[in-house]
Amino acid sequence: MALLQITEPGQAADPHQRKRAAGIDLGTTNSLIASVREGMIQTLADQDGEHLLPSVVRYTDNGPVVGRLAVESAKQDPLNTIVSVKRMMGRGIDDLKRLSGQLPYDFSASEGGMVKIRTRVGDISPVEASAEILKSLVNRSTEKLAGELHGVVITVPSYFDDAQRQATRDAARLAGLNVLRLLNEPTAAAVAYGLDTGAEGIVAVYDLGGGTFDISLLKLNQGIFEVVATGGDSALGGDDFDRRIAEWIIDQSGYDKDVNPRQLRTLMMQARDIKETLSTCDRSGISIDVDDLKFNGTLSRSVFEEMIADLINQSIKACRRTMRDAGIDEVKSIVLVGGSTRVPAVRSAVAEFFGREPLGDIDPDRVVAIGAAVQADILVGNKPDDEMLLLDVLPLSLGLETVGSLVEKVIDRNTTIPVSKAQEFTTFKDGQTAMLIHVVQGERELVNDCRSLARFELHDIPQMVAGAARIEVLFQVDADGLLSVSARETTTGVSASVEVKPSYGLSDAEVTSMLKASFDHAQEDIASRSLSEAKVEARRMIDALLGALELDGEKLLAPGQMVLLNQAIDKLQETLSLENIEQIKEGVEILGKASEEFASLRMDAAVREVLAGRRIDQLEEDIG
Amino acid sequence: MDFNKNYFEIFQLPVAFDQDPDQLAARYRQLQSSVHPDRFVDASDQEKRLSLQWATQINAAYNVLVSGLDKAIYLLELAGISIEDNPQLDPGFLMDQIELREQLEDISATAAGRLVDPHDDSEALHELDAFKEKIKIELHDLEKDFAVQYGTELRAAEITVYKMQFINKLLLEADKLEEKMLDY
Ligand SMILES: Nc1ncnc2c1ncn2[C@@H]1O[C@H](COP(=O)(O)OP(=O)(O)O)[C@@H](O)[C@H]1O
Ligand SMILES: [Mg+2]
Repeated sequence: MALLQITEPGQAADPHQRKRAAGIDLGTTNSLIASVREGMIQTLADQDGEHLLPSVVRYTDNGPVVGRLAVESAKQDPLNTIVSVKRMMGRGIDDLKRLSGQLPYDFSASEGGMVKIRTRVGDISPVEASAEILKSLVNRSTEKLAGELHGVVITVPSYFDDAQRQATRDAARLAGLNVLRLLNEPTAAAVAYGLDTGAEGIVAVYDLGGGTFDISLLKLNQGIFEVVATGGDSALGGDDFDRRIAEWIIDQSGYDKDVNPRQLRTLMMQARDIKETLSTCDRSGISIDVDDLKFNGTLSRSVFEEMIADLINQSIKACRRTMRDAGIDEVKSIVLVGGSTRVPAVRSAVAEFFGREPLGDIDPDRVVAIGAAVQADILVGNKPDDEMLLLDVLPLSLGLETVGSLVEKVIDRNTTIPVSKAQEFTTFKDGQTAMLIHVVQGERELVNDCRSLARFELHDIPQMVAGAARIEVLFQVDADGLLSVSARETTTGVSASVEVKPSYGLSDAEVTSMLKASFDHAQEDIASRSLSEAKVEARRMIDALLGALELDGEKLLAPGQMVLLNQAIDKLQETLSLENIEQIKEGVEILGKASEEFASLRMDAAVREVLAGRRIDQLEEDIG
Repeated sequence: MDFNKNYFEIFQLPVAFDQDPDQLAARYRQLQSSVHPDRFVDASDQEKRLSLQWATQINAAYNVLVSGLDKAIYLLELAGISIEDNPQLDPGFLMDQIELREQLEDISATAAGRLVDPHDDSEALHELDAFKEKIKIELHDLEKDFAVQYGTELRAAEITVYKMQFINKLLLEADKLEEKMLDY
């Protein structure tokens, strides 16, 4: 009789094999990092014991300063202090002009159409500023976790489009992080709650932060979190409440000149204090005196609530729409996320709309980072028996520009990812060898009302008469919600090459040059960094394969195949000591080819097993 | 991965229109639990690629298997019938369609020019709800027809699909109107 190996559910096989993983909530206003240590999930504090890191970066002549210190300097040095950088991620200059309120920066448009901010140390892209925030968080973790991070899960608003997600990934790359997954913030919040309460049914996650609003409907069932629908507004949040108060103060003070950046910054900071006071008190005192803008007075909660009623209503409208999209008219529980859900009027509007009291036992500031940490821990395999699986959806429809600047939808919003769709095109001129395809994201009918993601040029189309070529363009959205495109001519099988021009993102070349710029001794360091990256990649591959061989090698491979595969592994292992990047890359490629068949056999076997209910059968066989 | 398997085979279900939704959902979850990219973050690039392909394929299959119209079209394709763009339908059915369309236009006219508070018991909104209910029943009847016809007379099943397409389109338009009325 075969012996049954029994491990306790949820326990890692060997504590030394536990990999360090963390969850990061990269917020508009505040950012956090959390990790699972000895079975406990905790957010990590800085040296001063602070958990929330204000998402503010100040550029000084002595390098960037992140967090509280940067906030304090914001008044004196507004142009070199970047706040709310998340609102600028993956955006072009025109988008920012459309965003409510004036951002007190000098912008310059970079080549890719992406915005950059003029500072005293040069033009800074939002991606670079975000990378500084990430680095600052990760520094905490290396101290607290006593070891290198194997990987991180970074959260993004579910409403983020492709360009914004791509920019977030680029920031992580610049910060030298291995991103395990981009996770939607509301999903992360539900993960945190799901584990604590084991709730089942439909959950609405209402997340009102500083700069973004998200509403998501999730189905929790048997350890699987399924996002049924998402909606929201990527330009609505507590900052808008602050702005309303600031405008009210200007109005009350009778000041009729244009406010300067310093005044604006002071007003906004005071406004925020007033707002936060009003969450617990009925009224708040005001005392402003900056560059001949003077005002003393009080603001009552009821006047404040009037000011923001339409903003709250805007969020409720988005809730209604999302409920309708999902065909749901009742939810089982409501999770509140984000600092702005501390405003009593927000809470009561939410309770009224959904017809029940929201949950609030996890700190709304930390719940997202906590959920991300749980997910990170599972993804790196620290909980091999955990059955949790997140199924996410595409937040906004993907489409193509067609004649007359109209949009033809290719993949509808709220489709479960990963998803792919093939679309066929043909040439309209004899001998045409190239073609331009414009990919957009959004729900509107006109190209200009949607977000331009990228323009693809297809080259090397075989010469034929007009209409004869059949070019199949394949859109693939992966589990991070990121889009990639490939194309091929189907009558001849020739693959047309695709040249990607992201409308607002960074090209690969730009990321590389930023990486270069961040090293002092450019050449050597880049070479040594590339070499160590290649080694890490090779080791990862060897480890993964050895593990797989141990589990399934004998079962799935003939002895001869096993020998060949092991030889290829040994070969790659040897190259690791040679310090030669070319040889390592070659070894990786050879091993990749050699293991392709095995990988596919394993996948097929896994699918067969799961449907045959093999685990149960096996158990019965073994016992009987 | 065996891309030659049809969606029913992937889910190990009989090739038929009627399916138990709970069983379908359970199979879907089981399959995704074993192939989803989340299970392969540290795997080799080959396995990652395969996992992405599998998870994508299973999502595609599930979307077809849970829908009425897509599943019917897919079943016809499996039987070697491809859908025509401009099918001939009997005049009686077409007359009914024109009438339904006119009803929808009337509701639209009633609501025209003003926005409706969804908490409000507006007449137009009620009418729209009733209208949608009516055509949903019609769609459901067609699905029942299809389930029977698919096993016995394919040509009739094909015609039923064309009718389903009509009703489906009408339903989409009713949804659009509702969005407009609710000012989304
Ligand atoms: N007690 C409070 N009352 C009202 N608003 C608050 C309170 N505490 C924090 N906020 C607001 O919450 C917002 C930040 O929320 P957070 O969830 O950290 O944002 P983000 O996710 O955008 O980083 C800010 O606008 C802040 O002023
Ligand atoms: Mg947040």
